[in-house]
Amino acid sequence: MADSAWVPRLATSVAATTDTPRHAALVRVTHWITALCFLALLVSGVEIVISHPRFYWGETGNVLTPSLFDLPIPSSRDTVQTGYSYVLPDQNGWSRYLHFQAAWVAVLTGLLYVVSGVLAGHFRKNLIPLGTDLSWRFKHSSGSDPWSYNVLQRLTYLFVIFVLFPLVIWTGLAMSPAVASAIPATVTVFGGQQSARTIHFFVSVFLVLFLLVHIVMVYLAGFRSRTRAMITGRVPYKEQP
Amino acid sequence: MSNLSRRKLITGGLAAAGAAGLAVAAKLADRYGLIPPDHGGIYGAGATLTYASQRLLTRHSLAREFPRSLISKDPFPNGDPPHDEDFGRLEAGGFADWRLAVEGMVARPTSFSLAELKSYPQRSQITHLACEEGWSFIAEWTGVPLSHVLELVGILPQAKYVVYYSVQRDWWDSVDMADALHLQTLITYGMNGADLPVGHGAPLRVRVPRQLGYKSIKYLTRITVVDSLAHVRNGLGSLSPEIGYSWYAGI
Repeated sequence: MADSAWVPRLATSVAATTDTPRHAALVRVTHWITALCFLALLVSGVEIVISHPRFYWGETGNVLTPSLFDLPIPSSRDTVQTGYSYVLPDQNGWSRYLHFQAAWVAVLTGLLYVVSGVLAGHFRKNLIPLGTDLSWRFKHSSGSDPWSYNVLQRLTYLFVIFVLFPLVIWTGLAMSPAVASAIPATVTVFGGQQSARTIHFFVSVFLVLFLLVHIVMVYLAGFRSRTRAMITGRVPYKEQP
Repeated sequence: MSNLSRRKLITGGLAAAGAAGLAVAAKLADRYGLIPPDHGGIYGAGATLTYASQRLLTRHSLAREFPRSLISKDPFPNGDPPHDEDFGRLEAGGFADWRLAVEGMVARPTSFSLAELKSYPQRSQITHLACEEGWSFIAEWTGVPLSHVLELVGILPQAKYVVYYSVQRDWWDSVDMADALHLQTLITYGMNGADLPVGHGAPLRVRVPRQLGYKSIKYLTRITVVDSLAHVRNGLGSLSPEIGYSWYAGI
């Protein structure tokens, strides 16, 4: 190893021995890509919903039929009676392109995360609750390690990864007339295309609630060190257990 | 071999393989007609992935059809009908003088009257019309399959897309041959057992039930068969991509 190119790397590897590894590179990269996609999907999703802030159940629904519920917001289309005297600027166009593009990136990133997470034992090591962990109180798993997740956190992460994300993708696909033509069960299991749209909305709301709680918990646990760990993958030496 | 050069070799090799793989994939995708006309620009990747994957998945699939009991009592006719003098005159005459011109890469360019179109074998289907805004309705649509009309005029082998125009100037669109020749792609003149109402596109409306409502243009007046969309108006196959709506709307 007399190669001179190794000299600058020496410094980082010295630092590495003083910090402990926290998140695997793949977890970090997929985390931030997903975060970006989520932001894009949220903004574009809000813009899309503004063009018709009414929800229905079953196969069909439009401004001439009763709704299940209406969002108390103005609309970007003058065909929707909202109770507001003005119509918002229509941003549906680029929002749709962005929504579908971000969805593709999020789905591919999610697949990479889940497959590599299974292969690398990420779910088993970090997210599946420990057998000995029977307490539902805000207590950390694996003894005194403050960087480990408690059982409620573990179950929440698993619920988001394996229930909410698949459901929001599925209900999104269920709104596609082409996908429904190839695999009708995509939409019939929800009782119709409008039911799928309504469920898509509620799952998105749950994901936003998760995001808010996630950010609050990161803040409470130490915003700088936790964010740093998700970027660099390491826990600072002084914060090691 | 040092670690560094091995690492360089591996990453370089992977990058080269990736680039070559992408180039091959692009070539294959183009050959099998999996690249949409709006593949350029920052959202082109998403639009292309959607079109390619859905085209592979749905080439022959049939849009869901529904029982009569699910027909919507209140189908919403979005948008305003044309209010120019010409349209008014045609409407007053029961659209007897309405013509549909079919031209382009066809053996026998023809102009059809409404009566002629109605004399051809008809198909009725109860399908869902979903608007990109999020609302929808189910109706029974009656018309002549587009494939039948294309067969009458004799499409040439190099035909790849069918472009169709409304009398409303900015409303035009196009589909690939998989959708153009699809059993359920109709030129409709009837809805729910009666003549198509003007609000829903009378006298003629294209129905592409495997795509969102904006592909089903109203007041159809002209059809052109082409081998490429590059030189048709904006080159994007439709006005929609200009204002942000993807050309392929199977979503």
